Amino acid sequence: MTESPVSTAGARLWTAWVLALQFLRDGRGQTVTIMVGVAVGVAVVVFVSALIQGLQSNIVQRTLGTQAHIRVLAPDEVNQRPAFAEDTLQLVWEDRRAQRRRSINNWQQVVATLDTLSSVGAVSPVIAGPAFAGRGAALESVALTGIDLQRYQQIIPLADYITGGSVRLEPGEAMIGSELAATLGLSVGDKLRLDTGRDNPAVVNVVAVFELGVRELDARNVYLGLKQAQALLGLPGGVTQLDLVVEDIFAADTIARRIARLTGLEAESWMEKNAQLMNALSAQSLSTNMIIVFVSLSVAFGIASVLSVSVVQRTREIGILRAMGAGRQQVLQVFLIQGALYGLLGALMGIAGAYVLVWVFNTFGPGLFFIPVAGGLVVFALVLATVVGVLAAAVPSRRAAMLDPVVAIRYV
Amino acid sequence: MSEAQPAVLRLAGLRKSYNVGLPNETEVLHGLDLVIERDDFAALIGPSGSGKSTLLNLIGLLDQPTAGELYLLGEPTSTMDDAGRTRLRGESIGFVFQFHHLVQAFGALDNVLMPLMLRHGRPGPAAIDRARSLLAAMGLEKYAQTRPNQLSGGQQQRVAIARALVTQPSLLLADEPTGNLDTRTAADVFELMRRFGREVGCAVLLVTHDPRLSAACDRTIDLVDGRIVSDTRAPTGPSVTG
Repeated sequence: MTESPVSTAGARLWTAWVLALQFLRDGRGQTVTIMVGVAVGVAVVVFVSALIQGLQSNIVQRTLGTQAHIRVLAPDEVNQRPAFAEDTLQLVWEDRRAQRRRSINNWQQVVATLDTLSSVGAVSPVIAGPAFAGRGAALESVALTGIDLQRYQQIIPLADYITGGSVRLEPGEAMIGSELAATLGLSVGDKLRLDTGRDNPAVVNVVAVFELGVRELDARNVYLGLKQAQALLGLPGGVTQLDLVVEDIFAADTIARRIARLTGLEAESWMEKNAQLMNALSAQSLSTNMIIVFVSLSVAFGIASVLSVSVVQRTREIGILRAMGAGRQQVLQVFLIQGALYGLLGALMGIAGAYVLVWVFNTFGPGLFFIPVAGGLVVFALVLATVVGVLAAAVPSRRAAMLDPVVAIRYV
Repeated sequence: MSEAQPAVLRLAGLRKSYNVGLPNETEVLHGLDLVIERDDFAALIGPSGSGKSTLLNLIGLLDQPTAGELYLLGEPTSTMDDAGRTRLRGESIGFVFQFHHLVQAFGALDNVLMPLMLRHGRPGPAAIDRARSLLAAMGLEKYAQTRPNQLSGGQQQRVAIARALVTQPSLLLADEPTGNLDTRTAADVFELMRRFGREVGCAVLLVTHDPRLSAACDRTIDLVDGRIVSDTRAPTGPSVTG
């Protein structure tokens, strides 16, 4: 008779799969029980991860919706000191210099350079300085912000925040925050007096009122065209800062450091400015990871205990298989595969469950934010559960493989 | 049979002790010498506790001797590792146990195919044909997909014989193959083993308590207290059913 004399490892593995699948089907009750257990664990992991991801991206979006990811500034001015001879001791008593408002040197070229960086999404030159805004006898201190509207819209989508008027900044026009508008009783079309203390006050038309949702900004921000703000702040042709957005917001730190090295300017990322928020986010991530670890552990113990029972129940069959020519390796594979399948199939069920939970949350939940389920998270859960299944199966599988066939066959 | 071909099985001073190195060390087999030829149909008899099962486990390479050597098809086996013994066992030995010992999760045909699948993976059409024709020869063609627990004891034992023969082993080992069956079924099963042992051309060694079965064998090996006390050949064994 003809049959392949070569018994390859692959052919033997095929049989291990057949045995594992048949054992799973045969022990249907056990299989379903443990898979439901795995599914609950995976559903919790996926749902909680998605929830936290949704929450975090929502918080980050809200935070970054009203500020640049990176702000590039001119470095602080320092006192110049005359050189002194070697071997002399110099005692210096110095006051830190007052930092006057001054332009970034050669900012057009810096903007051009930053524009070429692939990690940078957009660059917008800004001139900012203090001023008084007045109407009649009322006077408010404001932050005058001169912008190139086209570029600035890529940093903060002002159009999204407009509550009245239209987004445009011709000379003699200003956009103001809603709080300021309320305090000064201004609405679109009204006139506003701006004074920077340089004896060159200007009167501008309010063309838009915006509401960024941050009280401080809504009470103080006044947007002007770049040229007019330069004139008012006494820095013709200058800008005091460059606002940037980056592609990967969590790389902002690294990119900021790179930009600082590249330009010799100061670059500050949103992560530095919002250190407390970053702390909260990483604490949240930590707690998510803890949940994943402990759920994985309990899933692993569940799978291990079911497989241990299964090995005991199948002791005699293992002995028979060994007598019929099954190697230790094959017996090991049979139970490892079962562990992997418990994990994988349970994870599939759990992911389906998580989708239902997410749908319920998005549809009937508080509606504060939307939870997306990332594809990466699904793949992660599948891989995690399968690996946990294999690891959990290691001990019972080994015990099955090491069974003495003589003893196993007599086992009742 | 040519001179060059080695005996199916040769035992040389085979010893087996349990609890080696412990105060309660006991030797069960005291240096056995035995040769089984290709056309042997031999019964291994002896009272309970004489070491029959121990000997069968050693011959089946399920267990290792404490001393002495066991040649299977001329190959010395005492220094083989587990993988080597598993390979040789799968290639050359077929087992039939008292309690048939089928794998409950599989149907009759898959049980018969199992020894082939364990070594070669997915069975080809030739292997499936062979398994089917063995089942048919056992009168079980209708039960190919039936699970063992839905078969009678005699049917299960016949599936087990088909399974033992599917690899065309050189040696068929049967441990009380009829011990659990009624007399008629027992005679049936015995005849099948005898017939197929001859057809497949493998030696048969069966352990039995039943004097009628041993009388029907060509050769009777009597094991008492771990020693072979007699080894007799009948010129032609009478049929057990006759």
